[in-house]
Amino acid sequence: MSAVLTVLFNGIAYGFLLFIMSVGLSVTLGMMNFVNLAQASFSMFGGYVMVMAMQWFGVPFLLTLPLVFLVIGVLSVVMERLVFRHFYNTDDLTQVLLTIGLVFMSIATATYFWGGTYQRIDMPPWLIGQREIFGLTLETYRIFLIVIGLAMALALILGLERTRFGAMVRACVDNRRVAGACGLNTGLIFALTFAVGGGLAGLGGALSANLLGLDPNFPLRYLVYLLIIVSVGGMGTISGTLIAGIALGVADVMGKYYFPQFGGFVIYVLTVLCMLWRPQGLMGRKA
Amino acid sequence: MTETPASADLVLETRDLHMAFGGLVIFERMNFTLKRGERHAIIGPNGAGKTTFVSLVTGLLKPKSGAVMFEGRDVTRLSPQERVKAGMVRTFQINSLFRALNPLESVALALLEREGKAHLSLRHVAAEKELIGEAMELLHQFGLERDAYALTEALPYGKQRLLEIVLALALRPKLLLLDEPAAGLSTQQGHEVFARLAHLPDETTILFIEHDMNLVFSYADVVSVFAAGALVLSDTPENVRKSPRVREVYLGN
Amino acid sequence: MSAFDSPQNRAASGTGYFASLSRWNIFEILFWLALASLYFWPHADLVLMSQIFIWGLFAMSLDVLLGYRGIPSLGHAAFFGIGAYVAGYCGKFGWTEPISALVLAMLVAAGVGWLTGKLVQRVAGVALLMVTLGLNLILYDLVHRSTEITGGDDGLQGIVIDPVLGLFRFDIFGRTAFWYALIVTFVLFVATRAIIKSPFGLALTGARENPRRMIMLGAPVEGDVSRAFALAAALAGASGALLTQTTQFVAPSSLSFQRSADVLVILIIGGAGRLYGGFIGALIFLFLRDWLAAISPVYWYFWIGLLLVVVVSFFRKGILPTIEDVYTRWRGRRGASP
Repeated sequence: MSAVLTVLFNGIAYGFLLFIMSVGLSVTLGMMNFVNLAQASFSMFGGYVMVMAMQWFGVPFLLTLPLVFLVIGVLSVVMERLVFRHFYNTDDLTQVLLTIGLVFMSIATATYFWGGTYQRIDMPPWLIGQREIFGLTLETYRIFLIVIGLAMALALILGLERTRFGAMVRACVDNRRVAGACGLNTGLIFALTFAVGGGLAGLGGALSANLLGLDPNFPLRYLVYLLIIVSVGGMGTISGTLIAGIALGVADVMGKYYFPQFGGFVIYVLTVLCMLWRPQGLMGRKA
Repeated sequence: MTETPASADLVLETRDLHMAFGGLVIFERMNFTLKRGERHAIIGPNGAGKTTFVSLVTGLLKPKSGAVMFEGRDVTRLSPQERVKAGMVRTFQINSLFRALNPLESVALALLEREGKAHLSLRHVAAEKELIGEAMELLHQFGLERDAYALTEALPYGKQRLLEIVLALALRPKLLLLDEPAAGLSTQQGHEVFARLAHLPDETTILFIEHDMNLVFSYADVVSVFAAGALVLSDTPENVRKSPRVREVYLGN
Repeated sequence: MSAFDSPQNRAASGTGYFASLSRWNIFEILFWLALASLYFWPHADLVLMSQIFIWGLFAMSLDVLLGYRGIPSLGHAAFFGIGAYVAGYCGKFGWTEPISALVLAMLVAAGVGWLTGKLVQRVAGVALLMVTLGLNLILYDLVHRSTEITGGDDGLQGIVIDPVLGLFRFDIFGRTAFWYALIVTFVLFVATRAIIKSPFGLALTGARENPRRMIMLGAPVEGDVSRAFALAAALAGASGALLTQTTQFVAPSSLSFQRSADVLVILIIGGAGRLYGGFIGALIFLFLRDWLAAISPVYWYFWIGLLLVVVVSFFRKGILPTIEDVYTRWRGRRGASP
């Protein structure tokens, strides 16, 4: 019994990670209808920023997290202003091709600067090892991930529901043209949303480096997972992304633990069925 | 004779058609009849449900209850395609054309679909000499033959509007439903369009939505007035013009 | 006298227009002669040339779906892989005659394609991308894991392919492979070209431009999606079978997502909706890959990525249509008759 709970727990921790990496993609897809596969590259760069800060400048792990958020947030705004905004009115496929081109470039760039091998990550001692909670022996780092993930989800949901900026973002997701016509500065809102979404993706990458490993192929390994979460959850919904992220995390960990012979099969089948059943995603609204 | 003469004469009939979007009721019970050969106009203020009515008749929308009868047959459950095959054809209020095809290709495509000749084959379009000839004649009737090879999206708006009608006529409709055929045209162009429609043979029944009362009273022989989801009146143009109730609908009061 | 002044003249003019669309022009003839003449180049890399034909055919199969019907697919390698494995199993289990095995591979792929079309005809946009991608991943996963049946990552071993027509043995220099791949590709190209210029091709283009209007013309729009998928899958299956037969080997990479992405890149670089775009894209992509990988085996994907970004940013229609536009404008400026 406790083995089941431990696997479940590991899956949930993994799911929160996936949520943090993909939530920005979900919101930008819902708001600007922009398929940004380069989100996965933002995550990878987030991981490298953390590694550099820790190894070269001796920044403590906890402090690297806001730093990563900031650096990748700025990077994504720059990309948005320079490249992405010119593609808001093109079709899905053009956006997929553009951003997959950027993913290819990011992989080669990361290989150039940091080599093709996995990065060594030294976690602070207080995050290493295991702890007893409710009679279960759980990895400290995963507990930490769940705490951070919960905090992020709560902050996002409250931020979107309760703040003025959140109301503007929701208005833009609902109807971009009407929001623009009502005098909202949609360009600014898009850029800021991209910054927050990109920053979160970077943060997710930094948090995942210890668990999933960090190398230049990171974006290609997790790209499909991000896409599945976003499309299954429903674009533009935070709760949908959270549910889909955790469901995928749990399914993936449980599948690999109990049915290693099936691999990703079950997840892909469920994704296809879900897309045929509800093309707009579980929590998405009909277009 | 299996059918009574009265019903044989009816091309279209709706029986207690009920339609609602969510909680918003568009039609409570719409009962409407259309006789063969009529040039029948539907008028009414915005939001009266005119376009919804055409979409229900052609099958793009499904009614909550009630029936659509076409030539004495219940077509309520038929798909839009099946209704087209049965002879019921519509045009759209906003041009709905093949932008990257030229008018000849567009009309030829309509004819090929009418004849069921667009299946997978190695046979070239040029082999369909008769259909291509028919396409060119249709374009010629509407003065579009010189534009046959121009990209549709590059045509002036008025000509696109004509092409919209040619595409519908290419299917040899028994019932032609025109949703504001003169929308966006000048008065002069609007009269040209209707003058051409007036020349269509009598077996083509025409139902059209139109806002321009000059066009309605010049070309319709029956006028139906829709208001707030109900059929207020269906009568000859003269009687409709004189009706105090119609004046009420339009002027409030 | 005008071309439009009598019904006879009008009909002749219209028929003439459609006939002109299907006539082979000088560029097309030169293109295929040029491909054939590659064989006689000194030190020509015949294996690379065969690869170009196979990728070109594969990209053309995607063009039927994407360029003409407007349906994007992120999982097109699934059909390629099905063709490749069918040809592989044929060769392994005694059906060693290549041409009939190729036809069988096409039929199986077409069947799967038709079913896929039935499955996806009601989804669009991102959901469609996800379904096609998902189906591809499922198939890859199955093949990759069923090591007893497929040999897993090691691929199918012991594939035997008879000489073509009993005369031309597949040699290590790739001479037979070159001609076999070129001729099969050409024959399938001619057939596809005829289909695209047939009423069916016109109906596909119409549904790409305006599906709602096609419905109101009474067209079997959904059935046409299945048929387009079947056709595209058959062509992709043929290219997969060609790869197996010319290399006597097949591995799971033949249906990897990487291949699906590459074929999209090839088609977009070349230009969709032209039939030739896939071949131009394959030429550029494979030569570039060969050249860049020789310079730096690690970083060549950077340049492929950059090429993709540049193409979608500045030549949205792809390279071939851009060249056509420039050529048309140049002819126009010189006042030549069209």
